[in-house]
Amino acid sequence: MSKRKAKDASLPVGECVAKLQEILRGRICRQQTPARPEGLEAQHKHLLDLLRRTAVHGESNSVLLVGPRGAGKTTLLQCALRDLLQDEEARRNLLQVHLNGLLQTSDGAALKEITRQLQLENVVGDRVFGSFAENLAFLLEALRKGDRSSSRPVLLVLDEFDLFAQHKNQTLLYNLLDASQSAQAPVAVVGLTCRLDVLELLEKRVKSRFSHRQIHLLSSPTFPQYLERVRARLSLPRDFPDGQFARDWNGSVESLCEDKCVREVLHRQFISTSDFRSLHLLLMFCLSRVSVSRPTLRASDLLEASRLCFTDANANMLHGLSILELCLVIAMKHLDDVYQGEPFNLQMVHNEFKKFLQRRSNSLYHFETPVIMQAFEHLQQLELIRPVDGSSAKCQKEFQLMRLMLDHSQVLEALQKYPQCPTDVRQWAASAFGWM
Amino acid sequence: MTAALQQPGYEEERLRRAAEQLACREPQAAMLLALMGEPHHYSFPSIFIYGHQASGKSHVMQVLLKELELPHATVSCVECLYAALLFEQVLLSFFGCDAASLLPRSPSLSDFVRVYRQQRFQSPARQTRYIVMEKAEHLRDADANVLPAFLRLQELVEDNVTVVLLSAIVWDKFRPNTGCFEPLLLHFPDYSKGELHQILSRDKHPSYSAELYSSYITILLGVFYSVCRDLRELRHLAALNFSKFCEPLLEGRAKETDAHKLWRNIEPHLKKAMRTVYLREVSSLQWEQMQQMEETECKAVRGLSAHTHVELPYYSKFLLIAAYLASYNPARTDKRFFLKHHGRIKKTNFSKKNEKTSNHLLGPKPFPLDRLLAIFYSVVDSRVAPSASVFSQISSLVTLQLLTKVSHDDQLDAPKYKCSVSMDFICAVSRTVNFDIIKYLYDFL
Repeated sequence: MSKRKAKDASLPVGECVAKLQEILRGRICRQQTPARPEGLEAQHKHLLDLLRRTAVHGESNSVLLVGPRGAGKTTLLQCALRDLLQDEEARRNLLQVHLNGLLQTSDGAALKEITRQLQLENVVGDRVFGSFAENLAFLLEALRKGDRSSSRPVLLVLDEFDLFAQHKNQTLLYNLLDASQSAQAPVAVVGLTCRLDVLELLEKRVKSRFSHRQIHLLSSPTFPQYLERVRARLSLPRDFPDGQFARDWNGSVESLCEDKCVREVLHRQFISTSDFRSLHLLLMFCLSRVSVSRPTLRASDLLEASRLCFTDANANMLHGLSILELCLVIAMKHLDDVYQGEPFNLQMVHNEFKKFLQRRSNSLYHFETPVIMQAFEHLQQLELIRPVDGSSAKCQKEFQLMRLMLDHSQVLEALQKYPQCPTDVRQWAASAFGWM
Repeated sequence: MTAALQQPGYEEERLRRAAEQLACREPQAAMLLALMGEPHHYSFPSIFIYGHQASGKSHVMQVLLKELELPHATVSCVECLYAALLFEQVLLSFFGCDAASLLPRSPSLSDFVRVYRQQRFQSPARQTRYIVMEKAEHLRDADANVLPAFLRLQELVEDNVTVVLLSAIVWDKFRPNTGCFEPLLLHFPDYSKGELHQILSRDKHPSYSAELYSSYITILLGVFYSVCRDLRELRHLAALNFSKFCEPLLEGRAKETDAHKLWRNIEPHLKKAMRTVYLREVSSLQWEQMQQMEETECKAVRGLSAHTHVELPYYSKFLLIAAYLASYNPARTDKRFFLKHHGRIKKTNFSKKNEKTSNHLLGPKPFPLDRLLAIFYSVVDSRVAPSASVFSQISSLVTLQLLTKVSHDDQLDAPKYKCSVSMDFICAVSRTVNFDIIKYLYDFL
């Protein structure tokens, strides 16, 4: 009872909010390993089992974790490793090597990294930085010398596995998988990848040495499950120092999840993508709106955050264009309409723009050609238009063929939001063809 | 205005000082600060800030990081031609020069992460470290693994580090094909007209009243706002033209309250500035000199584009004219234009012109050497021997980039050329040799 009392000690709001931010930011930004992988129990069991067989029984294995980005591959592996290392024997035995396809872009670099992580440098002295062949021979020798009963098992984690398949001859992959097939020191190769066709990337000899064991993380939660996870992600743990604050907060999260508008926003997010990485963006914006003066989460916060997340970036950029540049974009849109997606050049755009000016009684926008060219180049800098072929030096600037990288609906929508847009420009944009 | 920035964990005084420097960007700065959180909190691994040029992206970032004294490294991706330079700068500003010297001669990303982890082990982050990358669009041209790796640098080095990318291009054009860690997207909107006015009015001239400068800015925006919204450009133009604006005041022709008189004086001047100094036809220095010697007409100083007139030998001029005609006229009309006795040609053949096929819209077409020479002999009155000098003049026109060689497959046998000079240029050239080129152009028939 006294312990419970101590827990309920109320802290000042500022400290509570700081603590809250720390906990939730840790969850959202830092990708801390959760207590158990949500919705991936079967995969977790499978992987843990496999790793345990290597770590404890000295069995050589190879496995691929395949799933889209943000599906929790790394988290699953971390969970499995943590659970595995709770075992005393496994902790004593297992050697881990972590490689990443983004960092080790060549087999040489990967090999150096393996030697370093296995702490073999001191064994070979300066030979570590010898040639690739020497290094490989040494490493293979070290692996071959060991046998199943006496040597310590090695766990190799290859993050971004598909990038390793792009190395020359796939030498590293071949040797690692070969080692996992033959009776040498026990090796477990775990590959993480987001490509479903990763096996097609492997050479035949490499593929034949791979055990073809794949763990797919293609979980698609239903919406109520999704909602439940959002709630779990946002609520404070039981051991939060200020019990009252935690209860208030959790209550506000609870009522938030019941709110109709919020459900709508979350459903929209859920339909567009059900992975959790993208939800984190939304939650991060929400969290940034929690401050000492407003220590609870409200529906308006989530709506505002979703507005920030879902805005069209191109429309944002169009909003900041000058009126001349906007007119050029409209002229391009008309050219696109008339000539059905044929590329255009500056002369054509200018011509179209001139036709618009001729129809108007007062020519307020009388600009000279160089000014228009400057505006056109600015659009090109923003990559709203893109040259059809890359060779720009061969052709004069005004005759280089370009394509508009915007959709027509984007142009029209941006025009609606444009501040102080002249009426005739708007009408010109809305007319189906430029000369109407 | 100063109360806008609030975030626990930072000193009030510093926040206030930072807020003073961020005119019209308080909401964005507050948002950014809220996302960054308290200094020792973990922040999101990567933040991508986009917005137009001169919308205060780097400024806000720099002011926040400097005033709040957060550990940060600012790198411009234009400078970092090789990723190695980038690694060195980041390590240098986080851990001092000892760490930077640990990198091997041509470091890969792997070396960078290894050295970073070593250093982090010795001096772990008490505060979030920030890597600010300006002009991040150039990262796409680097190795394919650099951008994805920096986006998830927090995970790779296991340190409290946040990468901030600043760019004028939207994120959709950055995404690699196998995907990557998605950054937090933040938009810096453009300044509205009112905000531009407010910012530009801040740097007023000490010897004149603030109202005068403010009215000057109103006039300036009235002229330039429809063309240019770049704050830097506008500020430059404002600084250049202010002395001209004040001239009537100095001479006593007008008082500060005569707004209309001042406007009448400055407006044509600003319009002229748009044609010249805005396009960098005339450099700022020349422009200032022009303002001093106001009596002489401004046109007296010729801009850059006026210098495009080149002196060419007599035959080169005709060769160029012939090349222009060959490039912009369809071959089937040559007979009618250049043959004395061309027989009957149906009128309908010529009247069927539509805009879509106009070469002055589509650009020059390539033509073979034979056609060039044929037209050349037809437009030159006298008899010209096809000597070596004529042919060498063609190749020297190519060197001058007045002609371009189209296909590189054959040097001697039937090379094809394209004429790459503008209409104005060729008109000027043909005037010097008394040749009426408009009469021979199909598009102007």
